[in-house]
Order: sequence, then structure tokens, then C-alpha cells
Amino acid sequence: AVSAVREDSKAETWRRCGGCRNGSDSLSKETVLNFYQKMTLLNTMDRILYESQRQGRISFYMTNYGEEGTHVGSAAALDPTDLVFGQYREAGVLMYRGFPLDLFMAQCYANADDLGKGRQMPVHYGCKDLNFVTISSPLATQIPQAAGAAYAVKRENANRAVICYFGEGAASEGDAHAGFNFSATLECPLIFFCRNNGYAISTPTNEQYRGDGIAARGPGYGMLSIRVDGNDVFAVYNATKEARRRAVAENQPFLIEAMTYRIGHHSTSDDSSAYRSVDEVNYWDKQDHPISRLRHYMTARDWWGEDEERAWRKQSRKLVMEAFERAERRLKPHPDLMFTDVYDQMTPGLEKQKEAMWRHVQQYKEHYPLDLYEK
Amino acid sequence: MMAAVRLLLRTVSSASSCAHSGSGTALLRLSPTCSSRPRAQRRHAAHFAFHPDPVPTKYGPTVKMNLFQSITSALDNTLASDPTAVIFGEDVAFGGVFRCTVGLRDKYGKDRVFNTPLCEQGIVGFGIGVAVAGATAIAEIQFADYIFPAFDQIVNEAAKYRYRSGNLYDCGNLTIRAPWGCVGHGSLYHSQSPEAYFAHCPGLKVVVPRGPVQAKGLLLSCIADENPCIFFEPKILYRAAVEQVPTEPYHLPLSQAEVVQEGSDVTLVAWGTQVHVMREVATMAQEKLGVSCEVIDLQTILPWDIETVCKSVVKTGRLLISHEAPVTGGFAAEISSSIQEQCFLNLEAPIARVCGYDTPFPHIFEPFYIPDKWKCFEAVKRMINY
Repeated sequence: AVSAVREDSKAETWRRCGGCRNGSDSLSKETVLNFYQKMTLLNTMDRILYESQRQGRISFYMTNYGEEGTHVGSAAALDPTDLVFGQYREAGVLMYRGFPLDLFMAQCYANADDLGKGRQMPVHYGCKDLNFVTISSPLATQIPQAAGAAYAVKRENANRAVICYFGEGAASEGDAHAGFNFSATLECPLIFFCRNNGYAISTPTNEQYRGDGIAARGPGYGMLSIRVDGNDVFAVYNATKEARRRAVAENQPFLIEAMTYRIGHHSTSDDSSAYRSVDEVNYWDKQDHPISRLRHYMTARDWWGEDEERAWRKQSRKLVMEAFERAERRLKPHPDLMFTDVYDQMTPGLEKQKEAMWRHVQQYKEHYPLDLYEK
Repeated sequence: MMAAVRLLLRTVSSASSCAHSGSGTALLRLSPTCSSRPRAQRRHAAHFAFHPDPVPTKYGPTVKMNLFQSITSALDNTLASDPTAVIFGEDVAFGGVFRCTVGLRDKYGKDRVFNTPLCEQGIVGFGIGVAVAGATAIAEIQFADYIFPAFDQIVNEAAKYRYRSGNLYDCGNLTIRAPWGCVGHGSLYHSQSPEAYFAHCPGLKVVVPRGPVQAKGLLLSCIADENPCIFFEPKILYRAAVEQVPTEPYHLPLSQAEVVQEGSDVTLVAWGTQVHVMREVATMAQEKLGVSCEVIDLQTILPWDIETVCKSVVKTGRLLISHEAPVTGGFAAEISSSIQEQCFLNLEAPIARVCGYDTPFPHIFEPFYIPDKWKCFEAVKRMINY
């Protein structure tokens, strides 16, 4: 379901009906099956890569458990040319747009196929072709950047929008205030998509804010806002679709707060049993999971059944495992790539440092893992 | 009619286990082409060997502690003796992402150990206010890499509070702690050593310990110090560094470098994790070159102890400074410049700096990036043969 923000509010409140029961009449069976397959493929990839970190194969990982609906619902409502700024828990957006498993794996393994050239920790994806700006770890830095990008895109007059994802924790950063205010005052075609998933590492929402979540802040900036059930992929789709249409038509920002739940730990460096109960996690996993809810919708229409589920689980796991095994075997990028892209052109200073590094490594080669890297 | 915020319903747990934990293991049965521990993915060994301090004898009974436990001990001592002291930052309530504050909230209360919203500029600004009002503020920044939103508050406010007010007001009660330095896989945003940015700011003190004994004594000195202090904790040492640490409070002096190993031919200066790399370099130099190295732990970056370094360089005539942070504008540049001013005629060779390259801190290239013992050893060799 989609709920509006404060009927008594003076600002125009924006309402949309939607929800699992009747909100997807315009979406074909094919489209809906694709939603389901992308969400479950993401879930399968998450399980395998989380485990691969536990086994020491990759250094770090972050799962998306429970938030697959926010990714796929919103991504499906955008045009492929719309620019995406993310936080770090939006892999489903990239997956929906067609980022191949091999490239997800390449980034996590930091191998020679990584578009980012092996420089960043796992899950810091980026893809120019798919208009997904490379992720950085610092929180909320993308928010004012998205406002600027939307402003430039507005001036291009090319029917493009910008979407900016962040969590309810990142919304506490000063950069969030800057981004919201700039986008409103400078009239930017921008969708702010807040994944309110209940926690910022161990910090629950009642220690993050005391107001009515993030959506209620929108009117304070003169920004139309809506709160949606983030685990209802159709509600997310409908809200994002309408936000996108109006953002481009009217050159103003929209704030969508998608209520969801972070079923997994914050990352492989976190054990959330230290600060929340298994009961709480189980509730969301069993009673309010976006994947289960979509599956029930599909089975009610005879679009999906146990046979399809079994076959798809087998196939999706096979796809992920094959990509995984390929990524494991691949060499790491050439160490010259440590020195490039600091600037557009290598400086003489960096050339000298690179030469010094190679001289040193040649002399002490038995102490450097050169065999693992491309020559 | 307020919009409903998500409701958390507690239900009786069913018999089935939580889907996200553990079930992944079954999915990762390996095909024959995958070895169980492919060489490509084996975690490389740490680039240093931790050299523990000798057991302190003058501060009372000691207990085995790692670095994060020695921090907890210092904080525990502080909360016990100073009723105004409060500890705050992101996730400190449950114990912190590195477990430095485990147990403190239960012991001292939720008004004294508490989470803040996710906002570094707020954490430091709030901390300044706590300090100005006369209470002891211990602010945690989750990673030094994330300290930059607070740069304005630190540099323009905390550092200048006493000076600009004619000593009417000051931020002496403020201490900021942050995990610091490389950790093997931290990449751009979990590996930084930002001490050089703050070294450029009069009014601040910047301190980096090399192990648990130093950390507790230096942190307690920072907390007691009447100036705003930034205390960087080498995260790679949180578990790896284990020493016998006094349980009672004790203070180690700020702005006093420590000669951790005496020598006659080359002076090696470092701080934090790199001190342990230098100790190994000293051993290598002795064994392979017959060269005797004096290893100095600078400990306080600002204000730094030039006297101890000068005294050593006057003796040895050769100086090597090493840090993970990029070489250009790194703190070794300041040391090098000052020492050549003061000890020019004593120098037998140019001062050497073995530091990170002038790039962001890379993920998969870390083994090539860091100023490891081989690079430092080679620099010693060149200085000796100059």
C-alpha cells in the first residue's frame, strides 16, 4: 500500500493508489516474471558472495536481503538513460538494468575484468553504459551530487531524470540537507529514494531521528514527498513511475521514502545478533518479504508454480556459480593501474613513482604476489 | 492523521531458522575445478610483526589486553573517575564496530555512552559544545576516512576556540578518537591516515599509539590534556596487538617521542603500525648489513618532539621517515624539512622518506602500495652507501 504524508499538511500531498492487489494492471506477465527473477537472482548472488567472504575468497560483502523490492520496483520505473546515484545497497537496480553477473563478481574479486580496475572494496559497483555512478563508501555524499547532475540534465532537455538512493541513516548527514535544499531551490528533475530499512549498522530509527521519518522532511524543503511500502514492488514501481514523470515534466524533486527492513547484517564485518533479536528478523523474513509477496501474487494468477520455482532456483544458482568460478580463476589487474586515473593524465611525479615501484619489485620479486596479477 | 511508520511486530519465533544466516554454506559446494582455497584468494599475511612492549612495572597490576581492550580500559577508568565524561558517536552504544566501548553503556548508563545520529559534523560540533560547557567529551568517528565532514568544526572551531576568545573559552575537554591506517583490504575509505591534514592546524594535538600499553596511557593523557586532541587508533592492531596493560589509569606524556630501540648508524622514525615495520627493518639491517638502527616512535604528531629526533640524527647522521599516507605533503615532509634545518652538518646522506604513493589508497594493489619492510630496508641500504 502507499500512504500519503499528513493529510492536514499545507503542502500539496501526493497520493497514489497501489499495492499488490490491483496496482499492476499495466504490467505484463513477462515484466512481472522479470521482476521476480531479478529479485531472486540478486538474493542467490548475495548468498553465494556472502559465503565466499566467510571462506576468505573475497575481502568484504554487503547483502541486500529484504530490500530487493525497493531496487527492482524503482529501477523498472525509470528510463535506461536516467542517471543513478546510489549508496551501496542498491545492487538490484544494477541487476535490473542488465549488469552481468560476471561484472558483479569481477568487482567483488577485484579481478582484471573489473570496470573499476580493482581499486575499490567489494560492492562498490559502477557502470557508465548503464548510467549507474560508481559507489563510494562515505555516506550521503551522493545526495548533493545528484542534485547537481539533475540540474545539468535539466539543461540538456533530453527527457532524463536522476534518481538518488540513500538509507534513513545517511539522511542524517549534512550533505542530505544540502542536496534536498539545492534540488528544490534550483528546480531539479530528481527523485530522492530513501530506503528506510530500520537500522544504520546497530542504530535503530528511534536513535536516528524523532520526526516522522524522512518523508516528513520533504515539505520542509518545499519538496513533494510520499511514503511507500518498500516491500510491495508494485507500490514502489507506481510511486517511482509517477515521480519520474512529474520530475521531468515539472523540473522539481520528489522524495520517496520506502519502508522496508534490512534482513541481513550491515556487512560481513557485522553480527547483528549483538543488537537485535532473531524474532524481529524472522518476522520480516517470513511475514513481509518482497520476494515472497511477489511470488504469492504470481502464483495467485497461475503465472508461477512449484515446478517453475524449482527450475528457476536451479538455473539461477547455476548462473551465479558459473560466474563465480570464472571470477575466481581470473588474474588481478596489472599493477600499473594503481597509478593511472589519479588525474586524466599521468603526472611526471607519478611516472617516477611507478618506475621506482617496478624497480623495487623486480629486485625483491619473491616478496610480491606478482603471479596473481596480469603481466 | 499521521502516516503509519513501519511497525515492528514481535511474533513467537517459528521453528525454522533465520533464512539469511548459515543457509548460504550449502550453496557453496565447490565444483572440481575450484580448489578449496585458491591461491589467488588466499589472504596475504600481514605486512608487519607486532613487537610487544615489555611489561610495565610502575603502574600497578597488569592484565593481557589487545588494543581495543586497552582503549576500553582507558575509557572505563575515565568514566569511573570523571562524572562529567560522556562517550558518543555512531554505534558506540552496543560496543562500537571495533568493540572499543563494549560494556560501558551497561556499566555507566545510557546518558553517558550513547549513539548519535549519523553525522560527523554533528558529532564534533556537539562534542565541542559538551566541552565548552565544562564536561569531558570523548567523540568517536567511525573511521578516520569519515572525519572530513567534521573538518570545519575541528579546524575552524575546536582548534581556534581558545585563541580567538582571548582564553575566555576553550575546547580542552574534547578528545576525538578514530580508527586509522591500512588493514589489508580497506581500500580508499577504510585505510586512510589523515594526520597530515590536522598537523597543519595549530591548536590541535594529534596522537597515534603503536600498541595497547601506549594507547591507554596516551589516550588518558589526551583526555586529561587541556587542548582538543585527535587520537588515531591503528585498526589493524585492534586484535593483533596484545600486551600486558596496567588496569589502573596511567599517563604517558604527549609531545614526547620514544626511542624504542637504540642504534648508532641510522635513525628510523615512524608512528602507529609502521613502528613495528621499522623494528623489523632494524633487525634486517643488523643481520644483513651489520647496520645499527635507532627506532623512534614519534607518538605525538602535533606538537611533535623535534628534540628527540635531532638528538638521534646528531648521533647517527642518517634519517629515514616512513608512513602509509601519500608522500607528497605527508608528515615526513615536515620532519625532513625541520631536521635538515637543525642538523644539516650532521647529515651523511639525504633524508629518506618511504611512504605511500601519491594515489588514493587502492584495494587490490595494497601489497604494492604500502611502505613495507623491503622498501624501507632498501632505503637504509642506499643511505648507508651514499
